[in-house]
Amino acid sequence: MRGSIRPGASSRRARTFTLVTGLSMVSVLAAGCLGGGGEESAGDPDRNADATEFTLTITSNAIKGGKNSEGATWIEDYVIPEFERIQAEKGVTANVEFAPVGVDDADYKSSLGLDLETGKGADIIDIDGIWVGEFAESGFIAPLDDVVGVEAVSAWDGWGQIQESVQQNASYNGERYGVPTGTDGRVIFYNKDVFEAAGLPTDWQPTSWQEILEAAETIKAESPDVIPLQLNAGTAMGEATTMQGFLPLLAGAGAEIHADDKWQGDTEAVRQVLEVYETVYGTGLGDPTLQQEAKGRDRSFQLFAEGEVGMLLESDYFWRSVVNPDQGVAPMENRDEVVGYAKIPAVTPGAGVGGQDFVSMSGGSARVINPNTEYPQQAWELLQFMNSAEATKEQVAGSPRITHRDDVNAEVLSGDPMLTFIAEEVVPLTLFRPGRLEYVDVSIAVQEATYAVVEGATAAEAAQQYQAALEDVVDAGAIATG
Amino acid sequence: MPVPSRRDDAPATAVTGHADPGEAAFSAGAPRAVDSVGLGRARALLFVAPALLLIGVFLLFPALWTLYIGATNFERTGPNHVNPQVTWFDNYVDVLTDPSFYNSLWLTLLFVLFSAVIGQNGLGFWLAWSTRRLHRRVRRVVESLVLLAWILPSSVVAFLWIAMLDQRGGTLDALLGNPGTAWLVEYPMVAIIVFNTWRGTAFSMMLYSAALSSVPPSQLETARLAGATGGQTLRDVVFPHIRGHVLTNTLLITLWTFNDFGPFLITGGGPGDDTEIAAVYLYNTAIRDGDLGYSGAISLLILVANVVLALAYLRMLRRRDSS
Amino acid sequence: MSPKRSTAAADIGEAAARKTAVALARRVGFYAVTCLISVFFALPLLWLVTAPFDASPAYAIEFPEPTLRNFETILSNPYALPSLLNSLILAVGTALFVVTGAALAAYALSRVRIPGRDALLYVLLLLSSVVTGTAAMVPLFLMVSEVGGAIHPVLGVDSHFSVTLVMTGGLLPAAIFMLKDFVDSIPPSYEESARVFGASPFRVLKDVVVPLITPGLATIAVWSIVNVWGNFLVPFILLRDADKQPAAVLIRTLYTEAGQPNLALLATFSLLYSLPVVAMYLFVSKKYGFRFHGGIKS
Repeated sequence: MRGSIRPGASSRRARTFTLVTGLSMVSVLAAGCLGGGGEESAGDPDRNADATEFTLTITSNAIKGGKNSEGATWIEDYVIPEFERIQAEKGVTANVEFAPVGVDDADYKSSLGLDLETGKGADIIDIDGIWVGEFAESGFIAPLDDVVGVEAVSAWDGWGQIQESVQQNASYNGERYGVPTGTDGRVIFYNKDVFEAAGLPTDWQPTSWQEILEAAETIKAESPDVIPLQLNAGTAMGEATTMQGFLPLLAGAGAEIHADDKWQGDTEAVRQVLEVYETVYGTGLGDPTLQQEAKGRDRSFQLFAEGEVGMLLESDYFWRSVVNPDQGVAPMENRDEVVGYAKIPAVTPGAGVGGQDFVSMSGGSARVINPNTEYPQQAWELLQFMNSAEATKEQVAGSPRITHRDDVNAEVLSGDPMLTFIAEEVVPLTLFRPGRLEYVDVSIAVQEATYAVVEGATAAEAAQQYQAALEDVVDAGAIATG
Repeated sequence: MPVPSRRDDAPATAVTGHADPGEAAFSAGAPRAVDSVGLGRARALLFVAPALLLIGVFLLFPALWTLYIGATNFERTGPNHVNPQVTWFDNYVDVLTDPSFYNSLWLTLLFVLFSAVIGQNGLGFWLAWSTRRLHRRVRRVVESLVLLAWILPSSVVAFLWIAMLDQRGGTLDALLGNPGTAWLVEYPMVAIIVFNTWRGTAFSMMLYSAALSSVPPSQLETARLAGATGGQTLRDVVFPHIRGHVLTNTLLITLWTFNDFGPFLITGGGPGDDTEIAAVYLYNTAIRDGDLGYSGAISLLILVANVVLALAYLRMLRRRDSS
Repeated sequence: MSPKRSTAAADIGEAAARKTAVALARRVGFYAVTCLISVFFALPLLWLVTAPFDASPAYAIEFPEPTLRNFETILSNPYALPSLLNSLILAVGTALFVVTGAALAAYALSRVRIPGRDALLYVLLLLSSVVTGTAAMVPLFLMVSEVGGAIHPVLGVDSHFSVTLVMTGGLLPAAIFMLKDFVDSIPPSYEESARVFGASPFRVLKDVVVPLITPGLATIAVWSIVNVWGNFLVPFILLRDADKQPAAVLIRTLYTEAGQPNLALLATFSLLYSLPVVAMYLFVSKKYGFRFHGGIKS
C-alpha cells in the first residue's frame, strides 16, 4: 500500500478486491449450498452397527423450566440414564445427550431446517406431525425403512399398540418416517357455572350445530356480560384457528380439507362453516376483538377461567395446561367440578365425515431419525426404548396425557376422566390434517377467510376470498368447488 | 503544514460532506496535507481495515448472498428447496404486483413519519431543549425515565405495552376511566406509533442535548435581549447550529424505524394486516411462509426505499446548508 | 412582539400584570407538560414492578399480596442465570469489538481524507439496517456453519465468538457513523499541538484523542450492549447448545407447548433480564460520561 502514489488508489483497489472476492464466494457457495437439502441419501442402515461406543443426541422443542418442561425432564432424567445403563449391561458405552430448545414452533422449525440442510442436527428429532410431509419433500428426513432397514423397523412390537390413524401422523405417502409421540383430540369445553346461571343443563352434549347456537343464544339472553361462544378465528392465533375452529366444523359439515387429491375450495361445506362464524361474530355470540388482537387466545383462556366465556372449542391441551389447577397458565382451582366437555356434533346427526354423528381433529408430534446419523441402528434402538410401554408410562407419570400407545393409555389415563373421554370417545372418530406441503399455505388462507368474517364479511364473500387465495397456492385442478 | 480552519460550532457538517478538515485541504489544492494530525494515509487505512474486514465478511457478504437468493425461487422447504432455480426478476414482479407489499410500504412510511421523524425527533428535541431549564436532579429523573424505555430489551417492553393497552384492566383504560377500549384492535397503527415514540425518543434526546451544547450561549442571550420569541430563536439561532445533527439523527432513526421488528411483538402485524410494516412483512414471508427467494427480493426493495429516503434527507438539508 | 402603546399608566400596569400572568401560566404549563411526558414514559414500566410479585399476573396492574415465589421458580430454572451470564459475554464482547473497530475507523475517516468515504459509510449504513434481519438468516448460518466451522470451531456454530463477530459486523457501520460525527466535533488543534511537541501518532491517539472521545466511546458501548442484549435471532440461529444461549433466547422458552405465555415467569425473568443492562448503563455513564457529541465545548 505504501507504493501507491495516486491518492485513493489503494483503497479503491481494496474495495474492488472485497467486492470481487465477495461475489465469487457468493457464486461458489450459493451453487453448493442453496440446494444443500439434497437427495435422500440415507446411506447404509447398518453402518457402525457393531460399535462398542457411540454418541447420540436427542432434540425436542422442550426445555427444563420452560416450554414442555416435563418432556425435557423425562429425556434428561429418565431416558438417557436408563438407556445408557441398558447399553452398559450389554458392554456398550453409550453417550446420549439432549439438546433442549423450547422456542416458538416456527423458529424451532427454521433451526431444524438449517441443521438438516447442512447434514448436522441431532440423531433423534422431535417434529410436529404436520411437518413430516414437508420435511420429506425437502430431503431433510427419509423413510424409517431406508434409514434403519425394513426388517429392523417391522420387527418392533410397539407398532401393534399404536392405532393406524395415529401412525398416519408420522407417515407420508404411505411410508413411516418416525414414531408418533402421542396425540390429542378436540372437544367443546363449557363452563358449568355459566350454563347453570343461564338455566342450561350442566350435563350437556349437543347433537347438532343448532343446539350449540341455541345454548349460546340462551347464555347471551340470560347473562349479557358473558361471552357465550368463542370460536377460534383469524390470523393472530395462527394454526389454532384452523385446528380448533375451522377444521372440526368442516368435518362436521361432512368434508375433509383435502380428500381425493383435491383441496376444499368454495364448497357447500366451507360456506356452511363460514356461516357459523358469521352467526357467532355477526350476532354477538362471540367477541370479535378477541380474534383480532395478538394475545386474543391467551385472553380468551383467562376469560374462560374467570367464568366470562361460556364455550370454547379446544384440544385437551386446554384441560392439561391452561385450566389445570396445578400448572396451568390460567388455572382454575375447581376445574374438575366446573369445566364440562362435550363431543363436537356434526351439522345434523349423521352428516359428519363418513356419516358420523360426532367429529374431532387430532394432531401430535413424531420422533424421526436424522438420515445423517452415524449410528442408525443405535438410534433406532434408542427410539424404540423411548416408545416402549415402560418409558411412555414414565413420560406421563407426572401429568397424564394421551400417549400413542393404547396399552399405556388404558393404564395411565384412568385417573383423569377428561383424558379417558378423549382417548375412548374422541380419538376413534377423529381426523388428522393432511401432511402435505401445501397445507401450511391452505391453513393461512383458512385463517384469513375466518378473519374476513370476523371483520364483517358475509360467509359467501369470505368463501370467495378463500377460493381466490387457494388458487394462488395450489393448482386450480386440485380444488374442489360447488 | 497548512491547518484548515474549522468552526467548532458546526460539528456534524462532515455528514453533509462540507468543511471537514481533509476535504478542505484537498479542495484547497494542497494534496500533501491529506490530514492535519499526521496520521498518514497508510496508517489510516490500517485503522479502517479491521472494521472493513468484519463488515465485509459479516455484512456485505451475507447481503450480496441475500440479493442473489432474491433472484431465485429458493424456499425453506419443499421441491424449490431441493432444486432452486434462478428466476431472475420473477420475485420482483411478484412483489411489485402484490397488494400486501404496497400495504406494508404505506404503513411503514406512516410509521416512520409519525413515530420517528415527528415523534422521536420532536419529542427528543423538546426534551433536550426544555429540560435545560429544569433543576439538575429533576432533569436527571426525566432523562432516566426516557432512557429506560430505550434500554430495556424489546421482548420485555412488548409485555409492558400489552399490559398498558389491554382491553381488560389495561393501565390506560384504568386511567381514562373507560374500560373496554381495545386500543390494539381499534387504533393499532396509532398504538404502535405511540409505542415507538416512547421506545426511541431517548436516542434523539441524547443526540440533541449534545448538539444544543454546541450553540454558543452568547447568541442565545443576544436573541433573548432582542426580544425574539422561542420559535424565532429556534429557527434563527439554534437550527443553523444543529442542522447537521438533525440530518444525522433523522437519518439514523428513520433507518432503524423502517426496519424495526418491535411492533410485531405487540400486535403480531394485526389485526389482519393493519400493522404489517415492512419488517413484519419480511418476517411473515421468510419465517412463517419460508419463501426465502421472495424475502430476498423484498429486502432489496426495502433497501431501495431506504436509499430514496436517505437521499431525500440529504438533499433537503444539504441545499439549505449551501445557501 | 411590539410593545403596546397606551396613554393611561393604569393600562401599562395592567399590561405588565397580564404579562406576568402569562409568564406564570406558561411556566405552569411547561411543568405540567413535563410531568405528563414523564408519566407517559414511566407508566408502561409499572407492570415490570408489580407483575413479578404477583402469583398469577395478568395484563393489568394489580396490587396483590406480594410473593417471591416467582423468583424461586425462575431461579430453579437451570438456564435462567447462566443465560444472563451468556448475554453479558456476548454484549461485552461485541461492545469491545464495536468500540475498538469503530473508534479506529471513525478517527481515521474523520482525520484523513479517504476518497468516497462518505458514500461508503452511507452504503454500509443502509445495508446494515436491512440485512441483519430475517432475510439474511440462511446466508449467515451457512457461512458460519460451513465456512467458519471448517476453518476453526471457534468460528463455527455454538461459539460465542462467532455470534459476537456477526453482531459486530451488523453494528459497526452505524457505530462508525455516529462516532465519526463525534470525532468531527473535536477540533484537530489538540492533536496538532501534541504533534508539534513531537509526540508519535500512537501517543497522540492514546494520550490526546482517546481521553477526548471517551464519552462517545461510552455511548457506542452502551448502544452496542443494548442492541446485543435484545437480539434473539442471531444467537438463536448460531447457538445450538442451550447452555450457551443468552437471555434473549431464554425468555422465549417461558411459554407453554401451544405458545401461551407463562406470565408469572415471564414477568419475573423480564425484571432479572432488564436489571443488568440498566446497571451497565448506569456504570458506563457514571464512569465515562455518556454523550454523543462535543467532547469539548467551544
